[in-house]
Amino acid sequence: MPMTRKTIAVVKSIIWVACLAPLFRLVWKGLAGRLGANPIEFITLSTGTWTLVCLLTTLAITPLRRLTGQSWLIRLRRLVGLFAFFYGTLHFITYIWLDKFFDVPDMIKDVMKRPFITAGFLAFLLLIPLAATSTAGAIRWMGGRKWQLLHRLIYISGVSAVVHFWWKVKADVREPAIYAAVLAVLLGIRLVFRIHAKLSRPGPPANRRRA
Amino acid sequence: MLIKKPADIRSSEITPRETYLNRRKFMKDAAVAGAALAASSILPAEAATGDSPAGRQLQFRKSDLSTQGEELTPLKDITTYNNFYEFGTDKDEPAKNAHTLPTIPWTVAIEGEVKKERLYDVESILKMHPSLEERIYRLRCVEAWSMVIPWVGIPLASVIKAVEPTSKAKYVAFQTLHDPQQMPGQRRAVLRWPYVEGLRMDEAMHPLTILAVGLYGETLMNQNGAPIRLVIPWKYGYKSIKSIVRIRFVEKQPPTSWNIAAPDEYGFYSNVNPEVDHPRWSQARERRIGEFLKRKTLLFNGYADQVARLYTGMDLRKYS
Repeated sequence: MPMTRKTIAVVKSIIWVACLAPLFRLVWKGLAGRLGANPIEFITLSTGTWTLVCLLTTLAITPLRRLTGQSWLIRLRRLVGLFAFFYGTLHFITYIWLDKFFDVPDMIKDVMKRPFITAGFLAFLLLIPLAATSTAGAIRWMGGRKWQLLHRLIYISGVSAVVHFWWKVKADVREPAIYAAVLAVLLGIRLVFRIHAKLSRPGPPANRRRA
Repeated sequence: MLIKKPADIRSSEITPRETYLNRRKFMKDAAVAGAALAASSILPAEAATGDSPAGRQLQFRKSDLSTQGEELTPLKDITTYNNFYEFGTDKDEPAKNAHTLPTIPWTVAIEGEVKKERLYDVESILKMHPSLEERIYRLRCVEAWSMVIPWVGIPLASVIKAVEPTSKAKYVAFQTLHDPQQMPGQRRAVLRWPYVEGLRMDEAMHPLTILAVGLYGETLMNQNGAPIRLVIPWKYGYKSIKSIVRIRFVEKQPPTSWNIAAPDEYGFYSNVNPEVDHPRWSQARERRIGEFLKRKTLLFNGYADQVARLYTGMDLRKYS
C-alpha cells in the first residue's frame, strides 16, 4: 500500500502523542501528588520501562517492514528510536540527580562495582552516538554502510537494557522475562533473515553443490 | 355531636412508669457489663469469624523504648507501600489484594523445644504481657528506603518466657500462613513458600523485639501483616515476618526465606549496616518515605546502643 506524505505525517503525529503520553502521565500524577509513597522510585521505574518499550519498538520496525512488505514503516524508526533515547535520558537524569544527587565518585563506584548499573549505563551510553547520528546529514556524511554498522550498536544496547532490568529485580523476574522474550524474538528474526539471505544469494556455487 | 373513638392503646397496655424505669436501668447495666467484657479482651471483640478486623481502635500504653524525635510516616504511605510478596510483588499490590484474607479465627502454633507447646489464639498470646505497648520504630527496608512506624504490640520476650522454652532452644523460627487460595502471590514460586524467618534466642529475647498487632493505635491492616507479625527494628524489614502462624523453638539456625532465595545477597542476621553493601546496591544511604534528599543509614538502624552488645566479637561483614 503506497503511503502518501500526508498519511505518514498523520501516523507520525500519532506516534508523537503515544510516545509523549507516559511523560504527560508522570507529570500529571506528579502534580496531583499521585506518584505513591516513593515518587522517585516511581519515576525511575516508569522512565526505565518506557525506554525499554521504545527500544524494543524501534527494533521491531525492520522485521515488521520485511514481513509485511510495508517499506514506509522504516520512516518511523528514527522517531521511535529518538524517543527511546529521550526516556533513557530522563531515566539517567533521575539516577544522577534524584538518586545520587550528582555525587560523581559514588556514581563511578556504582558503575564499576554493580553489574546492574554497569549494564544500564552501557545501554544508555551506546544510544548516544546513535542519537547523535540520527540526521539525514549524518548518514550522508558517514556513508550508508558505516552508518548502518554503527547503528547495529542498538542490539547491544537492547541486550544490556534487558539485562539491566533482569539484574535489578529482587526475585520476581516475570516482567524482565517478557522483555527478554520479545528481544530474543526480534533478534532471532534478524538471524533468520540473514541465514535466508545467505542461502538464497546468487553467487559462486557452494562447495556442497560441486561435490 | 362528636363520637369519641376508643383509644388505640388500652391503658392496660401502657408500660407502668416503674417497669419503664427498670428497663432503662437494665440496659445501662448491660452496657456496663459489655464494657467490662470488652476491657477483658485485648483485641476488638465485635469482629466475627471470617472477618478481617483491620483498623479498629486498640487500648495501649506508651513505651519508653519508643524512638524519640522522628516524624512519623503517614498512615497512607505505611498502608499502601508494602513488600508482602504473598499478595503480589509490586508495592501497591498488597493493599489491593490483602483485604480478603480472613484473620479471625487465627491461631499460632508454638512448638518445638518448649514446655507449653500448643495452639494459641492471638488474644491468649497478647495476655502474656500486662498491656499492649506503642513502640515507635524506624523501619529500614533492604531496598534502601525507610519509614517511622508507631507499632502497637508486646515484647516477644514476654511470650517466650510464658511458653517456657527448654535449654535446647537456641533459635526461634517463624512461619507465615501458607494459603495460595487467600494469598494469590503464593500461586507463583517467586519465593519458596511458606515464608520463614528466624532469630537467635538472645535477639528474640531483646526488649526491642516485639510482636505487633497494630499501628497508629489500630489493629493491623492485612497488607501490614495482620493479625500478628514480628518487628525487629535493627534488622532489614524482611526479617520482620508477617501474618505468623507458627513459632518454633529450635536448636540449630533455621532457614530464612531471602537467604534461601539468594544466599549471597541476604544473610541470616541481616542487621542494618551502612558499611556492608547489598551486592547490587549501596546500603550507605536511604530514602525516608516522604523526603526528597537521601539520608545516611545508621549502623543497626540507629539502635546500636541497645543491640550492638549482641554481636560483640562477631565479624559483621561475615555474619551479615
